[in-house]
Amino acid sequence: MDTVLKEWIGRVHDAVETQQTLCIRGGGSKDFYGGNPAGPVLDTTAYRGIVAYEPTELVVVARAGTPLAELEALLAEKGQCLPFEPPHFGAGRATVGGMVAAGLSGPRRAAVGAVRDYVLGVKLIDGKGEWLSFGGQVMKNVAGYDVPRLMAGSLGTLGVVAEVALKVLPVPVAERTLRFALGEAEALKKLNAWGGQPLPIAASAWHDGALTVRLMGARAAVDAAQAALGGEPVADAAAFWQGVRDQTHAFFAGDGPLWRLSVASVTPPLGIPGPTLIEWGGALRWLRGDQGAEQVRSAAARAGGHATLFRGGDAIKASAGVFHPLSPALLRIHANLKRAFDPHGVFNRGRMYPDF
Amino acid sequence: MAFANDVRFTVDQRSILARLQAVLPPDALLSAEEDMRPYECDGLTAYRALPLLVALPQTEAQVQAVLRACHELKVPVVPRGAATGLSGGAMPHEDGVVLSLARFKKILKIDPLSRTALVQPGVRNLAVSEAAAPYGLYYAPDPSSQIACTIGGNVAENSGGVHCLKYGLTVHNVLKVRGFTVEGEAVEFGADALDAPGLDLLALINGSEGLLAVITEVTVKLTPKPELAQVVLAYFDDVQKAGNAVADVIAAGIIPGGLEMMDKAATHAVEPYVKAGYDLDAEAVLLCESDGTPAEVAEEIERMKMVLEKSGATSLVVSQSEAERLRFWAGRKAAFPAVGRITPDYLCMDGTIPRKRLAEMLEAIGDLSVKYGLRCANVFHAGDGNLHPLIMYDANQPGEVERATAFGAEILELSVQLGGTITGEHGVGVEKIDVMAAQFTPAEISAFHRLKAAFDEKGLLNPGKGIPTLARCREYTLTRAQTGSAAAITPPRF
Ligand SMILES: Cc1cc2nc3c(=O)[nH]c(=O)nc-3n(C[C@H](O)[C@H](O)[C@H](O)COP(=O)(O)OP(=O)(O)OC[C@H]3O[C@@H](n4cnc5c(N)ncnc54)[C@H](O)[C@@H]3O)c2cc1C
Repeated sequence: MDTVLKEWIGRVHDAVETQQTLCIRGGGSKDFYGGNPAGPVLDTTAYRGIVAYEPTELVVVARAGTPLAELEALLAEKGQCLPFEPPHFGAGRATVGGMVAAGLSGPRRAAVGAVRDYVLGVKLIDGKGEWLSFGGQVMKNVAGYDVPRLMAGSLGTLGVVAEVALKVLPVPVAERTLRFALGEAEALKKLNAWGGQPLPIAASAWHDGALTVRLMGARAAVDAAQAALGGEPVADAAAFWQGVRDQTHAFFAGDGPLWRLSVASVTPPLGIPGPTLIEWGGALRWLRGDQGAEQVRSAAARAGGHATLFRGGDAIKASAGVFHPLSPALLRIHANLKRAFDPHGVFNRGRMYPDF
Repeated sequence: MAFANDVRFTVDQRSILARLQAVLPPDALLSAEEDMRPYECDGLTAYRALPLLVALPQTEAQVQAVLRACHELKVPVVPRGAATGLSGGAMPHEDGVVLSLARFKKILKIDPLSRTALVQPGVRNLAVSEAAAPYGLYYAPDPSSQIACTIGGNVAENSGGVHCLKYGLTVHNVLKVRGFTVEGEAVEFGADALDAPGLDLLALINGSEGLLAVITEVTVKLTPKPELAQVVLAYFDDVQKAGNAVADVIAAGIIPGGLEMMDKAATHAVEPYVKAGYDLDAEAVLLCESDGTPAEVAEEIERMKMVLEKSGATSLVVSQSEAERLRFWAGRKAAFPAVGRITPDYLCMDGTIPRKRLAEMLEAIGDLSVKYGLRCANVFHAGDGNLHPLIMYDANQPGEVERATAFGAEILELSVQLGGTITGEHGVGVEKIDVMAAQFTPAEISAFHRLKAAFDEKGLLNPGKGIPTLARCREYTLTRAQTGSAAAITPPRF
């Protein structure tokens, strides 16, 4: 076993013995996200590198500390990509392990799936310092429970993810971005109507009277869709989508609270005052402003979803928490799962829900 | 065959009967042996067991009441859909109650605007697509059993289909699951949104084989029907060339709508049954589908033909009409029952391996067929590397079951050695419970048990299935070490 892993296992054992907690950290690009975990840092960046990459198998295996940018550059060389376009948030710091633990996906999510849909296997160290491997490198695998997907978005609360196997896909041959002048309600209607047609819509973003739509696929399909939809072609599209993905778009500027509402795509405008940016065909709504947590969370719940205090708002964070409260039944299962993987409560205490 | 379930319970049949009689109408509770016979197995007919009782609730309140009673009296519960499962997942527990969801048959809502369907778990897979068809939508995962299998069973097995290479497995197409914990508490996993707060429990419920919760409602994603789909039949004079062609297609950057393979034994079984029009002289056939706009399909079919020709296809046939396309697929989808017609019994394997090892695996299966003196037809979800070797045997011939089982175990162990898994979509159930030890270490198996306990502390939901007890693992490892199988001793790593 690699010496870095041995050291990590040692640290987990020490933490258990001394009743300490550990705070798992990759590049720190998402330090802002979630609660503030206590305890000394277990830095994953020393454990880096691509373990295996076989373009013909559509699979890449990487160590947790591998910079996301490095992985993406390698895939790009072979005309492949992580289709869910994980956000980096900050130049060059994001790691593969952090990407899986945060479970965040970018503009193409509604069309191609999320991080969890591409995680095929994980190797991890649990809260007793055990080295465990789940899943594998094949597309279909139902032996045992789907622990690899469970790790996506678990925010390091269940274990130290040391290695992940990811499904990758070819970069679509053609891409085009179109813009339409539309109000919020009208844009939502259009997006949902288009969603029911076999159009190669890969991403969408509505903000301030403009709906931007990205087409990706075979050239013939993209041409046909453009002819059917109309709209104005956008020139600097790559920069635009990256700005949405990494929240460098002007909408995200400033320090006020930023809410992330994940709702049913057909939900009409939420009617909560404040600037909004809508992605994922209507299923993701970013909201800026000082609205009360109660107002935002109940609006999200009525729309079949949930609201996360994504950035800022320290006072709200302290009083209402970052993540949407769980039902009692779910909360109990969460607590039990935490105990199943991390019985001594070593990892990332307080990062997701206050008690674990 | 009886399955030696090593997780047993001491249950007083009369008390549980009385408790269930109090909460279910008379026609929703079976206790006479002749009434329960039809429930003694699922699609894996080699293993059978009679339950204590069969409950057929029709409402969530009844499901809840049954679960509460069983939980209180510590009675095992085995959820059951259409029982088309091929790993014994729905086979009864001798000390327990079968909880059939067969009466949960309603499609509650088809919402064309949000492209979702809200259905009860006993709704058949194909019925969802049929109900969505008027809106130009369908439910993408299409297991070959789709006329019979239920959505609840699909979720519990994370079932795949012939189109999941491009459109994903069940787990990729389910938004929300409503169900009950073993204690009878209502619970929702997932959301009407694309994600839910907290841990991704929806991912765990998919493929949980009825061990974590009882599913009573499912919201699935519907997909717009492509304008056009066409399938290329590519024939090969050598199975290994066909296996390599699969990797070549993917390497060319093509993700076909479906990429399936059958060998000669399979096409010969299928043709008299379905009359799909396959060329019976070929050693193997690939079905490679393209879908999209007409222009897109035309372009892609040309690329596919070029790759397949280069890989050594002896002839290529492209479907010329929707009827012909469906006929070509009908042959593939009927492969299991077709083989069932030419042999008294068969075992269906389900290993998955990296695509590039297909040719190697095919050669090994050929050798094993000779070694065990049993015929084997091969049907593959080739694009996903998911293999369904169908091992033919006759349970009435002494020793044949054992030979078939050993043949199957060798294929599964080899799947693991080649970097794959023992099951791609049919689940572990009782069938592959021992071979789990070839894929997971005792520490990993223990982690699975702890995960199960997080949902079901007393271990009452489908006990003895899916995850082997550590005692079973030890026994397996010892036996296989004695018979000289390497896979049993070296757990695989990816
Ligand atoms: C001819 C044939 C072809 C097949 N082709 C395919 C294929 O292409 N792809 C594929 O993936 N599978 C295939 N299968 C296997 C099988 O059809 C699938 O596993 C299917 O999903 C099982 O559904 P079912 O309703 O029959 O479930 P069952 O067999 O009744 O149950 C399967 C498992 O799910 C659990 N379960 C069922 N309902 C519930 C519920 N409501 N709540 C909780 N747990 C529940 C059961 O306990 C059991 O463990 C095939 C089977 C046959 C016979």
